[in-house]
Amino acid sequence: MTVLIAFTCSVLFACGTWLMMQRRLTRIIIGLGLLGHGANLLLVTSGGIGGRAPIVGSEGVGSFADPLPQALALTAIVITFGVTALLLALGYRSWQVSADDRVEDDVEDRRIERRSASDGHEAPVPDDNDPRAFDE
Amino acid sequence: MSEMAILSTIDAGWTQSFVPLPVLIPLIGAALTVVFGRWRILQRIISVSCLVALVPISAILLWKADDVGFVVQVGGGWTAPLGIALVVDRLSAMMLLVSSLVLVAVMVYAIGQADEEHSHDAFHPLYLVLAAGVSASFITGDLFNLFVAFEMMLAASYVLITLGGRREQVRSGMSYVVISLVASTFFITVLALLYAATGTVNLADLSVRIQELDPAVQAAFALTLLAVFGIKAGLFPLFFWLPDSYPTAPGPITAVFAGLLTKVGVYAIIRTQTLLFDTPDWLGTTILIVAAATMVVGVLGAISQDDMKRILAFHIISQIGYMIFGLGLFTVAGVAGAVFYIVHHIVVKTTLFLVTGMVDRRAGSSRLSQVGGLVRSAPVIAVLFAVPALSLAGLPPFSGFLAKFALVDAGLDASEGWIVGISLAVGLLTLYSMTKIWSGVFWGVAEDRPVRPPQPQDRFGSPLPMVLATAFLVVVTLGFTVYAGSIYDLSVRTAEDLMNPQRYIAAVLGGG
Repeated sequence: MTVLIAFTCSVLFACGTWLMMQRRLTRIIIGLGLLGHGANLLLVTSGGIGGRAPIVGSEGVGSFADPLPQALALTAIVITFGVTALLLALGYRSWQVSADDRVEDDVEDRRIERRSASDGHEAPVPDDNDPRAFDE
Repeated sequence: MSEMAILSTIDAGWTQSFVPLPVLIPLIGAALTVVFGRWRILQRIISVSCLVALVPISAILLWKADDVGFVVQVGGGWTAPLGIALVVDRLSAMMLLVSSLVLVAVMVYAIGQADEEHSHDAFHPLYLVLAAGVSASFITGDLFNLFVAFEMMLAASYVLITLGGRREQVRSGMSYVVISLVASTFFITVLALLYAATGTVNLADLSVRIQELDPAVQAAFALTLLAVFGIKAGLFPLFFWLPDSYPTAPGPITAVFAGLLTKVGVYAIIRTQTLLFDTPDWLGTTILIVAAATMVVGVLGAISQDDMKRILAFHIISQIGYMIFGLGLFTVAGVAGAVFYIVHHIVVKTTLFLVTGMVDRRAGSSRLSQVGGLVRSAPVIAVLFAVPALSLAGLPPFSGFLAKFALVDAGLDASEGWIVGISLAVGLLTLYSMTKIWSGVFWGVAEDRPVRPPQPQDRFGSPLPMVLATAFLVVVTLGFTVYAGSIYDLSVRTAEDLMNPQRYIAAVLGGG
């Protein structure tokens, strides 16, 4: 059972990592979701192998599952859920402003690109806050 | 100090009930500002009074923590490893006091700027949640709660950094969110492995039980925790997201991020490395090498930039290197220097970003080529820039000089001359890029047209609340210079606590 869960964790981590290497935002978000699930599953497993529900009075103490990792995992799941919702909203906003869900180059990348395009002579670089830089 | 004396320190009396307040007050304030979202005046009154209230509370906690060593509050009436512990020691209390001062000043500044604060109902609640998250990270005595506090702070920061939703903000905000999330996922993974290995997440309890593990496993945990917090702190080679994302946020937001968020990461590194692990020599050397690389790469990055915000953002990284340098020595003097440096740096860096916001507003741009001659047109801004800039570069008599001197002295004592040399060279380069900003923005002539229309109508160069908030922080920096002796003594006492983790353990587990 533990081996199966460990294997599942590793598959989730691997898929999540691979998806995050992509340049499409939707894939990155799905990748982060998978990675989060992998981590949460690991958290649940960290309490050792499962047992009966940890409710006092139902069983002897020895057969309880460790309740702490479950509580921790629950908290972590809620956080992952909230942040994923925010990420989706950001992804949607990104699609709204650029009509594309690919991750854009950052300022330095664009500067280097312009420098090589202009053959050694540095062209003016758009300001981060310059609305003209993008709406051309 | 004998163990019995430590046990007697646990009775911190009535101040115990003050421990959760730095988290509770901003959270209640956040809820109230949501309720009163339509009344901007009420929102302002609530959030300013909540943040102002944190200052005396933190001051009392600092006084008490310095008096007795540790103020411990364990949740729900349970004893320590079971109940969730909140621990205020000298380090936490110093961080709380400095961050509360910074939070108040930036809030007043944001109200004066009337920009993001004015146009978004969500600004006040988010800012207060951020404040609560920062305080929670400082007072928690539990590794999982540190994760929750980080998430609280980061979730608020995700929204604040993209407030406005401009294209460039969404782009850099996206990479900020994704990087932070990867770090958080990594943090949960380490937590799960730590819990599987030791069966506890209470820091004091972990510190005891982790000694039973194999040294190799301990080393693995030390390095993974360093990596997790290194992403948040912006250590080499994990800093790449920082100079790209911070400058695109609104002015006051960048200031509070630059001042506080990375320092929370540094705090977590110092706390976990000193409390949890018996540091082997190679780990100290590794940390020193990372510190040197962080300093050098940060300052070189800063030199190649021509935008005031981006220059300062790269300087955050090089300054983080100094703090980690102090920690990497693992001597009382080194850690004391690091603590003093953090306290100085939080205030100075925030001030510099606030000044940048004023320059940006006044001149319509923060690019060196598009701004010029502010020393004549806005002398108040020039003065407000000069003091923290000289302090950041480490010129005497400012607090930056004293902080660097403490580190250099500690480095020479530990006979780590090479890193002292690097840190001095980096200090010179810092001075170079500060003079570059000065000659570009305040003396030089604008070569280019700014991207937005300048706003020269204000009498002091900016609206009065912005000037007053920034001036307040400048006064605080100068105060660090005047009271440097007692602050350094306090840092030494802090470092002694940190280098003797059994005091922390006894305070948390001994009484509860």
